[in-house]
Amino acid sequence: MSSPTSLRSNEMTKPGSRASSYSPKPRRRWLQSCAALALVPWMPAHAAADELPQIPAMTAFLAGRKPVLARVRLALPQLADNGQTVPMKVSVDGPFTPATRVTAINLFSEANPVPEMAQFEFPAYVERIEVESRVRLAASQKIVAVATLADGALLASAAEVIVTIAGCMDGT
Amino acid sequence: MPDARITVPASVARGKPFEVRIIVRHPMETGYRTDESGQSIPRNVIRSLACRYNGELVFSGRLSSGIAANPYLRFFVTAKESGQLAFEWVDDAGARGSDSAAVTVA
Amino acid sequence: MRARAAATVRPSRLPDSSSDASIGRWVTSSTARRAILVGVLSACGVGAVAQERTLPLPALRSGITFAGADVRAMQADDVSNPGFLWVEGGEKRWNTAAGATGKSCASCHGDGRSSMRGVATRYPRYAEAVKGVEDLDARINRCRTEKQGAPPWPRESEELLSLSAYVSYQSRALPLAVSIDGPARETFDRGNAFYHARHGQMNLSCAQCHDQNSGKRLLVENLSQGHGNAFPAYRLEWQSLGSLQRRIRACLFGIRAEMPAPGAPELTDVELYLAWRAQGLPLEAPGVRR
Repeated sequence: MSSPTSLRSNEMTKPGSRASSYSPKPRRRWLQSCAALALVPWMPAHAAADELPQIPAMTAFLAGRKPVLARVRLALPQLADNGQTVPMKVSVDGPFTPATRVTAINLFSEANPVPEMAQFEFPAYVERIEVESRVRLAASQKIVAVATLADGALLASAAEVIVTIAGCMDGT
Repeated sequence: MPDARITVPASVARGKPFEVRIIVRHPMETGYRTDESGQSIPRNVIRSLACRYNGELVFSGRLSSGIAANPYLRFFVTAKESGQLAFEWVDDAGARGSDSAAVTVA
Repeated sequence: MRARAAATVRPSRLPDSSSDASIGRWVTSSTARRAILVGVLSACGVGAVAQERTLPLPALRSGITFAGADVRAMQADDVSNPGFLWVEGGEKRWNTAAGATGKSCASCHGDGRSSMRGVATRYPRYAEAVKGVEDLDARINRCRTEKQGAPPWPRESEELLSLSAYVSYQSRALPLAVSIDGPARETFDRGNAFYHARHGQMNLSCAQCHDQNSGKRLLVENLSQGHGNAFPAYRLEWQSLGSLQRRIRACLFGIRAEMPAPGAPELTDVELYLAWRAQGLPLEAPGVRR
């Protein structure tokens, strides 16, 4: 979506427009700012992909179902200190009911040799669905977390991590 | 070497979720490394880990080589009665590990 | 190789090894300079020789200040810092009887939490018993053989690392304070020379990266000042805790130099030099590094 700034520059290129005479409809501009600001708290630190990456193992797991890209927060560092150990935190926003509680979270990797990274299961109800662990990433890639709810609904989020090789090789 | 270190809050409020943290001593060998003679080191990762709270399964994980060595997990459990939080895990080689921690519900 | 090295590392304008093509010439001249200085100062009755520091004490920064946020968070949290698996293992070992004598460390040293406080900050250290400088791992092994009648543990073994982690942890946050006086001086001089000499295919000295280029990037990593005050440390690259000797060997591998074998005396020479150079920095064991 266009920000108020880009809108302004479009307006200024119109023939006959002058910077000082530019005054966009105040209400429209206010609404756009609000919309932009409202989205900010819902974006995880590392923004979810608009579309999920194509991962065959995940496609098989989804079996034709389409997850909703909401309520799942998947956080990994943008740049990993070391691909061997990358902190990962995944949570799902509540509230939950017995029918809509989270029963499992599956983690998929786009570029690892083993794409099914982990499955965390919640057999007993808990109001706070949050798991932290440390993952291994073979290369820069996107990771996807898919949450399964008791009624079968699916929620998902993706995160992108850059993984580089060490500055100096370690042969010990 | 201890098998694992488990940390729970000193006291937890009944009915509320409390934080559980565990770090398990395990190389989570990927199977893609070779030793000095060029021999491939076979994969050996913790496949499954289960957490039981006074006997009730409250959390489980199916892990892979995509989880880092000395796996660390942090998750939440609803506090019910005081008692034991018992972890068990199995790796590819069939080795079983376990550890437990006391939970005090206020 | 030399051209590539020059591209990544600016030549130093300081009067030290890096601008000098010949290692031998520098070592000799520096040794000669120091010998003259020692002679003059001794003649003047000055006991401790003022050794010049390339990195002045106020400029010292621990490697953790060069590390990324995730590494810093891991080191700061005693629950999730994997190094504590070794510390806990070491505590159990401390209290376990070993060897022909059936004694545990506790039999002589009591509660390690009090008796070992400050000990690790003084290592490497000259020992009259072996007429040489020992690092902490060597000292632990000597206790095993001499006092417990048990075989020494191999370097980087889980047993040795866990005891080293436990003992070092008892000095966490205390300032490094090694002595290079008297008989330790020779070891220090060798370590100083090694640190400033060029090594390996890349023909780099430790000083070129860690004295002159710390804070700059090597690929995406920040070069630290190379102190070693967080060891034994859990290195993410190793997926394990490891000793400072292992870290030094890894650096040498990185510049394509031959690595001395674990436990080799040259490694202790460098460890002593590094500990002196890092004087006053807090011990951070068990550290976490990438």
